[in-house]
Amino acid sequence: MNKKQCTAAAKLIEILKNQGVECIFGLPGGNAIPIFDALAQSDMKLVLTRHEQGATHMADGYARSSGKPGVVLVTSGPGATNTLTGVMTAMMDSVPMVVLCGQQLTTNLGLDTFQEADVSGMSYPIVKHSFLVKDPEELPSIVNQAFHIASTGRPGPVIIDLPKNVTSAYIDEDTSGEFSLPGYTIRKEGSPDAIKEAAAMISKAEKPVLMVGHGAVISGASSEIKAIVEKMQIPVCNTLLGKGCFPESHELNLGMPGMHGTAYANMALCESDLIVSIGARWDDRIAGSPSDFLPQAKKIHIDIDPVEINKTVQVDCAIVGDARSVLDSLYGYLEKGNTQRWVKLIKRLKREYPLKYKKEGKLRAQHVIEEMSRLTGGEAIVTTDVGQHQMWAAQFFKTESSRNFLSSGGAGTMGFGFPAAIGAQMANPGKTVVAVVGDGGFQMTLPELSTAVNEKLPIKILLINNNYLGMVRQWQHMFYENRLSGVDLVGNPDFMKLATAYGMKGFRVKRSADVRKVLSAALEYNDGPCIIDAEVEKYDNVFPMVPSGAGLDKMLLTMPRKKLDKPKGGT
Amino acid sequence: MSDSQKKHNISLFVENKPGVTIRIALVFARRGYNIESFVGSPTQDPNYSRINIEATGDSRTLHLMLEQLNRLVDVIHAREYSDEDVIQKELALIKVRCDNETRTEILQIASAFKCRNVDISDTTMTFQVTGKSSKIDAVRKMLDKFGVLEVVRTGKVLIARGEEETSW
Ligand SMILES: Cc1ncc(C[n+]2csc(CCOP(=O)(O)OP(=O)(O)O)c2C)c(N)n1
Ligand SMILES: [Mg+2]
Repeated sequence: MNKKQCTAAAKLIEILKNQGVECIFGLPGGNAIPIFDALAQSDMKLVLTRHEQGATHMADGYARSSGKPGVVLVTSGPGATNTLTGVMTAMMDSVPMVVLCGQQLTTNLGLDTFQEADVSGMSYPIVKHSFLVKDPEELPSIVNQAFHIASTGRPGPVIIDLPKNVTSAYIDEDTSGEFSLPGYTIRKEGSPDAIKEAAAMISKAEKPVLMVGHGAVISGASSEIKAIVEKMQIPVCNTLLGKGCFPESHELNLGMPGMHGTAYANMALCESDLIVSIGARWDDRIAGSPSDFLPQAKKIHIDIDPVEINKTVQVDCAIVGDARSVLDSLYGYLEKGNTQRWVKLIKRLKREYPLKYKKEGKLRAQHVIEEMSRLTGGEAIVTTDVGQHQMWAAQFFKTESSRNFLSSGGAGTMGFGFPAAIGAQMANPGKTVVAVVGDGGFQMTLPELSTAVNEKLPIKILLINNNYLGMVRQWQHMFYENRLSGVDLVGNPDFMKLATAYGMKGFRVKRSADVRKVLSAALEYNDGPCIIDAEVEKYDNVFPMVPSGAGLDKMLLTMPRKKLDKPKGGT
Repeated sequence: MSDSQKKHNISLFVENKPGVTIRIALVFARRGYNIESFVGSPTQDPNYSRINIEATGDSRTLHLMLEQLNRLVDVIHAREYSDEDVIQKELALIKVRCDNETRTEILQIASAFKCRNVDISDTTMTFQVTGKSSKIDAVRKMLDKFGVLEVVRTGKVLIARGEEETSW
C-alpha cells in the first residue's frame, strides 16, 4: 500500500508551522517557486519585501523583539547573496534566524548554471550553521535542526539551501523530522565552583558594577538581575544591546558605558574594583584597548559561549552558562557587603555629569529623541539605524524592559533600523514601534516603505535628518582636521513628498518649540506608517566620546580646543 | 623558539559531512594561523572522521581557536596534544639523487634509519620513512647533501595511548 505523499515544500511549510512560525519575510524567484507554491496553499503569512536585505532585517527585528526565530525565504543566486549582510548582522548580535534559500537543481550545482551560487559556501564565516539539502527525505530533519541550532545556546542565523528538485520532490507525509547533533552541546548551568568563587568576589567587592549585555536579554535574566541589585546595592550599566534588561530609570542604572556612553558609567567603571559582565562580550566599543582594560578592577564573565571567555579581555573568574540560570544559583551564595559609599559616589556622579545638549537655537537630535522617549514613557519598542542618531537614541531613549531597544551593535549595519521596525511591529501588533533612523541609513532600505504601507503597520519613522553621514563627518571633524570627504548628502529627497509618493503620512519638525506637538500628532496617527522628518542641526557631534582604542579615562566631554591624534583603534 | 613559532598538534573528531573541512580551515585562516599539515579520514564508524592538524602560532590564539573549533556544529571534539601524550607517526617518501659513488653511503644512512627502498633508478633512489616527524626531519637532513629531489609527507597522525580515546 502506498503511503500518503506530499511535496517536500509542503512538508517544509508544515514544519515551520509546527515550529511556531507565524510569518515569513521574503521575495520569490525561479528556484524558490515550489516553496512559494506550497506557501500559497497554506495559511502561513508571507510579508513580501522589496529587497532581500530588508527581509533579513525584518526577521531580525521580529526575533529580537519576540525572542522567537525570524524566518526569511528567498530565491537562489542574487536573492540569497542579498541576504548575507542581514545574516552577518544577526550573527554578530546572536539573533535567531532561519534563512531558506531556493537553489538550482542538485545536478546543476557547481556548473555556473543560471542563478546558481554556492550560498552555503559563502555563508560559512557568517552563520551559526548552514545546510545544503540534497535528499528530500532529509528535509524535515534538517529544518528541525536549523530551528534548534538557531534558537538555543547562543542564538544565531542558520541558512538552508534548498535545490528546486528537492523541494518539488514527493516524500511520505510522515517522513521523520528527528535528528541528533552529537557535536552541538549547550552548557546551561554554570560550574558550582565558579559560581561560588564569583559570589565571594561580589560579596567582598567595595565598588562593584554589573555590566548587562545581550546575553542577559536573550536568557531573560531581568528579574534575577533586579534581585541581585536590590540585595547587594550594586550599580548597573548596560551595553547597547543590553538596554532595558535592567530599567534605565532605576537610580542604580548608569546607562551605557563605552565610546559614546554616559560620563558617569565610564567614570564608575574607571573607579570600580569589580566588573561583572552578564552576557556582555567586552566589545571594543566598550573596552577600547582590551589588553589594558581597567586593570584596577577584577573581572567576572558570565557567558554561554566559551569562545568569549578571555577572547579579548582577560578575566579573573569565568562562568560558562545561561545567564539566568547562573544568576539564579549565584543569588543564594551572595552575602550583603557594604557598598553604601560606592552608591553615594555613583549618585553624585550621575548628578554632576548628566547627559547634556543645548535646547536653544537650532533643533537638536537629542531634544527630538528625548521628547519621543518621554512621550512613549518606556512603553515603545525602539529600533535604530547606525550613526550619530543611534548613539543619541542609546543615550536619550530611556528603556525600561528587555527587547524594547533593537539596534545593530556588532555589525553596525546601516539600513537595519527601519526594516527591523517592520519585523518588530509584526511580532508586536499592539505596541508603539519607533524607528530612529538617519537620513543616510534610511535610504539604504527605504523601498520597504511599500512593505510597511501594505501591511498597514503604524510605525513611527523618526528621521534624524542632518543632511550628512553624520558619524563619519564627526570623525573627520575631530580627527582629520575637518576635511570632509564623502559625507555631504546632497540630493536627499524631500521626505514629505516621499511619504506622499508611498501613500503614507509625513510630519516635519524644524523648530524646538514644535517638537512635542509634532511628535504627539505622529503618535496619535495609527492608520499606517508615518515619517517624521526632523531637520536637525547639521554640525552637532556626539559626546561623551572615548576615542577608539583608548582607555575609558580618555573620555572627552566636549570638543577639545587642541588638535586630537588619530584614534588607535578600528573604525 | 618564540611562542608564535610553536607547532601545535590538534586532533578533531568530527561528523563525516561535506563542508566540515572548509569550516575548520576557516577558523585557522581567519586569525592568520598557518596550517602545516592536515590529515583526515573516516573512523571505524564511517559517520565520523578524525582530523589531525599541525599548525604554527601562539598558544593564546590556539586556545581561542580550539574553542571556536569546538563551537562548530559538526565538530564533536577538538583538542591539542603535546608529543608526549600520544602515539604520533608520519610517513614520508624521499627521492634522492645518486650515482655509483654515493649509492652505498646513501643506502647505509637509509638502513640506519630503517627506511624502505621503494624505487631505484640509475640516478635516483626513493625511500619510505615512517616514524615520528622529528625522525623524518633527521633523515631528510642527512640526505640533503646528496641532493633531495622530492619530499612527500602524509602529515602527522595521532592516536591516544591505552584505553583513552583519541581527540576526546
Ligand atoms: C552599510 C554601512 N555602510 C557604511 C557604514 C559606515 N557608517 C557608519 S555611521 C555612518 C553615517 C550614517 O549616516 P546617517 O544614516 O545619516 O546617520 P547620522 O550619523 O547622520 O545620524 C556611516 C557611513 C556603515 N556603518 N554601514
Ligand atoms: Mg545623517
